[in-house]
Amino acid sequence: MRVIEIPSSLDYRNIETLYGAVEAGGTGPVLFDARRLTWTDPNGMLALLAAGRVSAQRGTPPRLSPPRRREVRGYLERMGFTRAAAEIFSPSRRQTLRRPPPASDVLLEITPITTNSDVHEVVDRVQSRAGAILSNTLRYPPAAVVQFSVILSEVCQNIIEHAEGTGWVAAQSYNWTRRLGRHVAVIAVCDLGRGFRASLEDEHYDRFGDRWGDATALEAAFLLGLTRFPDTGRGQGIQQIRKQVARWNGLLSIRSGTARIADTPTWSRNPPLDEGLEHFPGAQINIILPERTGDRPRAG
Amino acid sequence: MTGPAQGRRDGHLGIDVGAMMREALASKHANLVTRPTGRAVREAIERRMVRDPPPLSVALIDLTRIRVLDFSCADEVVAGLLLRYLPPERPHDAFFLFRAVEEVHGHAVSEVLARHRLAAVCTFGKGDFRLLGAVSREEREAWSVLERHGSIAPDRSESLLGARGPALLGRLSERRLAFRYPAGVSMALSALSHTLRYHTSTHPSPPGEHHGP
Repeated sequence: MRVIEIPSSLDYRNIETLYGAVEAGGTGPVLFDARRLTWTDPNGMLALLAAGRVSAQRGTPPRLSPPRRREVRGYLERMGFTRAAAEIFSPSRRQTLRRPPPASDVLLEITPITTNSDVHEVVDRVQSRAGAILSNTLRYPPAAVVQFSVILSEVCQNIIEHAEGTGWVAAQSYNWTRRLGRHVAVIAVCDLGRGFRASLEDEHYDRFGDRWGDATALEAAFLLGLTRFPDTGRGQGIQQIRKQVARWNGLLSIRSGTARIADTPTWSRNPPLDEGLEHFPGAQINIILPERTGDRPRAG
Repeated sequence: MTGPAQGRRDGHLGIDVGAMMREALASKHANLVTRPTGRAVREAIERRMVRDPPPLSVALIDLTRIRVLDFSCADEVVAGLLLRYLPPERPHDAFFLFRAVEEVHGHAVSEVLARHRLAAVCTFGKGDFRLLGAVSREEREAWSVLERHGSIAPDRSESLLGARGPALLGRLSERRLAFRYPAGVSMALSALSHTLRYHTSTHPSPPGEHHGP
């Protein structure tokens, strides 16, 4: 059995190592060893689910060794990871499926997105929780809960309309004291669908010719607002999310195929475009919204 | 028969989208999100409008009981309706006013209108109407003057709007942002919606000739 070690901290900054490890493997059984895991965010959790599903699609259902630390396992339960993982990974001795306690501190648990009804449920659910976090923790104006809901709605629809496959969404707020000196909300969306390149290829390949590839497809969607639909009204979702995230001085990145494109605020060290990454089937969207203060956040 | 979702007084049709979602679409959600939901709402509005349509109508699309309006839904409901009724082959002679909550819906409505190079007349609940979307400075100024006066007769358009007044009023009429009587009187849609309450004839009487209840 091949063992993929999950680092002690797994978030948007190092999920590439996970994709690389999965890509390097063959078709044999895989164990995702998360015993050392002490910290993860929605991006890390969704990446782990995606990596597990990719492994499962190659043959044997993978196994997952859960974190040793009880509080980490409790956190994964509250975030809905344990429940979602049970559908992908073979059961382990430590993996229990108790009903999680009321998740008062969770902004949005890991939620599968398959139908438009799921998007409605996400928007309904998040409104009752997001208001306090956005106002009290991130110091956003009261109307921000509506804009936050719109962002969630649009990113989730991206899964249904463009990926044509199941995906997940999750969100949580954190205190990034050391990294940024302030609180943040993190939204992660991940699907294992067609990816941006395949989604746009039929409609836009001719326009780009030899330049066509994962990075070009992301630029077409992200910068130009192109979609596979010919209607003028399509493609607004990502454009509007970009504007809103920029107003909140946030980070927005989309990873698909072998590339990642991003709107990077001054506090982020992410490059605007990464190419030649490990192949990731589908797409992963990462949004980080920092607490509003009078000061500029320090780079981290 | 009209339910709480719709109220019709002659050519003036009020459509409460929140109530329509619950009644016509049996939706338990108060949020107008996802493109299929927007499409279903637009089709429900269109069905309501083509059922025994008057020759001329002003429909007030009321979004105030909608909590979240995303861009996909705004594109289907707002831009979709306007695009359907803008060309000459429109289902019937209908104009649209929108009522919304500025900080909740205003941005989404403005953005989808601008994307399609459309404009619409919208009230944010304070009684005043505003022009949203893609309009030139001249069009906006002409519309504001018309809105202030309610109507402008042909012989006053130059004095109120300058030499380009007649052309600008014609342009507002083409874009369905104002109504123009065959005799050339231009009327603001907000004023027209009040006038239509009292008329069932093919066209309402020009200002000064209509009779109240």
